[in-house]
Amino acid sequence: MRRPIDLTSRRDGILAERLFPWLCRLGVALPLAMLGWLLLRVFVDGVGRIDGSFLTDAPSQLNAKVGGLGPALMGSLWLIVLTSAVALPIGIGAAIYLEEYDRRSRLASLVELAISNLAGVPSIVYGMLGLGLFVHTMALGETVLAGALTLALLILPIVITAAREALRTVKDALREAALGLGATRWQTTRQVVLPMALPGILTGAILAISRAIGETAPLVVVGAVAFIMYGPDGVDSPYTALPMQIFQWTSNPKREFLDNAAAGILVLMATLLILNGFAIWLRNRTQARRT
Amino acid sequence: MKITVKGLRASFGDNEVVKGIDLAIPSRQITAIIGPSGCGKSTFLRCLNRMHELVPGATCSGKVLLDDTDIYQADVDPVLVRRWVGMVFQKPNPFPAMSIKDNVVAGLRLTHRYDRKDAPDVVERALRQAALWDEVKDKLGQPGTSLSGGQQQRLCIARALAVNPDVILLDEPCSALDPIATARIEELLLELRRDYSMVIVTHNMGQAQRVAERTAFFLQGELVELADTATLFGRPADPRTADYIAGRFG
Repeated sequence: MRRPIDLTSRRDGILAERLFPWLCRLGVALPLAMLGWLLLRVFVDGVGRIDGSFLTDAPSQLNAKVGGLGPALMGSLWLIVLTSAVALPIGIGAAIYLEEYDRRSRLASLVELAISNLAGVPSIVYGMLGLGLFVHTMALGETVLAGALTLALLILPIVITAAREALRTVKDALREAALGLGATRWQTTRQVVLPMALPGILTGAILAISRAIGETAPLVVVGAVAFIMYGPDGVDSPYTALPMQIFQWTSNPKREFLDNAAAGILVLMATLLILNGFAIWLRNRTQARRT
Repeated sequence: MKITVKGLRASFGDNEVVKGIDLAIPSRQITAIIGPSGCGKSTFLRCLNRMHELVPGATCSGKVLLDDTDIYQADVDPVLVRRWVGMVFQKPNPFPAMSIKDNVVAGLRLTHRYDRKDAPDVVERALRQAALWDEVKDKLGQPGTSLSGGQQQRLCIARALAVNPDVILLDEPCSALDPIATARIEELLLELRRDYSMVIVTHNMGQAQRVAERTAFFLQGELVELADTATLFGRPADPRTADYIAGRFG
């Protein structure tokens, strides 16, 4: 008996097959819509305030229509530079040690445990640590250096994890090739492994730094000031930062200051966008070179 | 004898994979090591230039005399051992970010013994020795990874030769190559035999018979039999060797 071949009337799995892609599209659309709505509101409120002097002038406490976020922008730039200068060498160095020198040792797994836990610690706790360690014990006071060191601690787990991932993408065959030619561990790391991993490490570093830019809570704790007329002129200066300035404007009882906050958000977002765009560009360049 | 191995044992953690091997490797000859997968032949090979210990948890004991010096002596620098005893790996592994030319001098450059003035000579000599010169001389600046698999493996041999070793260890160098590329490598090994002492681990018994003066048969971490190649394949002394080369296991 031959069965007639049926190629047209499947009844199973039809609804799910139709529904699931739409659920996925909804999942993509929702966060995009919320981000778009936020951007639009902020843009409408804030774009009128943005001009050259808004980026450079000190804020005015009396008149929302004049002044700007110069000191906060400068403070944030100082924080970025100092935080990077501290967190990147230490974080990348730690990653190199864990991946290239001490892979799979007991110490490495202990550090791994510590890092994954630290990454989940709320940022305000890092603020408390910074207050105790840098501001008081090391007597740095409420300076931009103390703030940067605190932010560096905060992003260190992210930098280490990202750098380790990047180092792990370099094939062991290449390490063996170099070592087999009589290169030392450092010669191998420096000349073979790091050049291959560098774009990945930098991508991770930039994402970590953009996290640091947006942080407010730990800075409040370690004493970033709410109102200041000048940007920092040294590592021991008092300082404020973009998110602090935004927070200060939103908490001002006069409604007009909200427009300033919106403009501040635009500046902060633009900075983040530039950094993240740079990170994506770097990542694409890595992929191009690996093929 | 170029290398004399005495009572070599090697482990990964608690798992001993080389269980007390004595073996001598003559100068300017090719010694082949055959045996089923997991018999410890690659691990044995990697003990001969102290690559084994680079794997986390790997240990070994025993003596490996290079000429008269035990490479496991306390005052021996493993990095220097690897400059005298070079290695070619199973899969061709040229440095992807480097040109053909830079791959050849990579060993010198990595170890800061690179002289820009001598570089063209070093590159040409090593590539000629590796029988690759004629195929790549017009494209030395192209990436090493742009070559075919067989060419890449010959590039890796050139790279090993450029650091001027005494001994070359080859860990199944043709297992990723097609028969034609394999034949070219074998031809090359027969040429190199005049100047270098070589040890080749191979799964291909035909290859052992084509290139090696002497062949060792390993089984479960032990040396079952070592003889000149014709004898080992023609009149094996041990029944296990006879079974293996007849294809009754492995």
